[in-house]
Amino acid sequence: MIGIVDYDAGNLRSVLKAFEYLGLPAKVLAAPADMQGASRIVVPGVGAFGAAVDKLDASGFRAPLTDWVAAGRPLLGICLGMQLFLDSSEETPGPRGLGIIPGGNRKFTAGKVPQIGWNRIAAAADEPLFTGLPAAAWFYFVHSYYAAPDDPSAVVATADYGISFPAALRRGSAVGVQFHPEKSGEAGLALLNNWGRS
Amino acid sequence: MNAIRIIPCLDVDAGRVVKGVKFAGIRDAGDPVTLAERYNAGGADEITFLDIGATHRSRAILRDIVEAVSRRVFVPLTVGGGIRTAGDMQDILRAGADKVSVCSAALCDPALLTEGARRFGSQCIVLSIDAKRHGDSWHAYKGGGRTDSGRDAVAWAVEAVERGAGEILLNSIDADGTQAGYDLDLLRRVGAAVPVPVIASGGAGKLEHFAAAVRDGKADALLLASLLHDGVMTIRQIKEYLRNEEVTVRC
Repeated sequence: MIGIVDYDAGNLRSVLKAFEYLGLPAKVLAAPADMQGASRIVVPGVGAFGAAVDKLDASGFRAPLTDWVAAGRPLLGICLGMQLFLDSSEETPGPRGLGIIPGGNRKFTAGKVPQIGWNRIAAAADEPLFTGLPAAAWFYFVHSYYAAPDDPSAVVATADYGISFPAALRRGSAVGVQFHPEKSGEAGLALLNNWGRS
Repeated sequence: MNAIRIIPCLDVDAGRVVKGVKFAGIRDAGDPVTLAERYNAGGADEITFLDIGATHRSRAILRDIVEAVSRRVFVPLTVGGGIRTAGDMQDILRAGADKVSVCSAALCDPALLTEGARRFGSQCIVLSIDAKRHGDSWHAYKGGGRTDSGRDAVAWAVEAVERGAGEILLNSIDADGTQAGYDLDLLRRVGAAVPVPVIASGGAGKLEHFAAAVRDGKADALLLASLLHDGVMTIRQIKEYLRNEEVTVRC
């Protein structure tokens, strides 16, 4: 069972629908107690960093999620969900992220911001998320901030938007994607399938 | 570098796609879910539904359609037509839309953009502008292009983005239906004035017009209706043409 953390972040229904379409059992987690019975967990995300941190804390998800990763269990962050894995964000200075991947999030300073649209990624050949996908697959991005991990080896895919930025991060059993696989057509479904069945 | 998006627009009235859509020479009776799936399979980068009925009942039906489409089609979905309040926006976003597009309602009450962006984020607020040329400038029209709001279209685009609109859907009333090409001046002027993506609509008749909209008009996306629905060309043909013209498109 895949659990999708509900912290009032908007698009979790789309993520749920994508897993259902793929025939992967999934449910929405309204509270940390619902994590029991889940074998993998998704932190979706649309919205602002500070508000999301507040909601994760208010709903009590912070410690259960960091414990989950510390135990080596699979966690997927999508868009803002991935940005929450880091320590901080220029979007909302102050609030502390989950600290699963050391580093921060920075704002794009060139081009049209937010980036809204399809962009091509370059993925590390050995990253299992992208198994079976074309070498330069297209994904749908909507974001103004990008992850800047302290350790560059956490970056498992990049894309270009004026600068090269991380399209996907991994540290241990935590993996995050900046794009929206649930809105990225066949490539996105293939990625969710890879993760959900790995 | 983002791909130029090709966006089919389906006009829906009381749950049916108006006039239907021709695929492989056969006109489909117009089930929106089936047509969205076909366009998705055909390479659409995003799909837009426009509720032209725009009555309370028609919008309720569209909400069910969006719910059904979002279970089968996994590209961004935009819905417009008859959205008057932030509550209407929430309704359609909850059903599975990724973006809502507003036109007349925002002209009547610009605060709708501010509230929508605050509650749901700029990324899901599309301002649709129906622009008609008046001398050296353009006015924004409401009521489906029938009523002059008196507002300068470029100034309106700037205000809308300041209020939180995340994209501008720019339709030229003058060019619409002519198949003589986009109003490139209008596209350039709006594109230069706002820092958000501009979606070009109205006037395309042949492949050359798309390259012009991107190169000369600086459009970020192309919204298409009858050219696709009537089977004059396919999304794949348009993308192949643009790729040959060295415009970046998603394969």
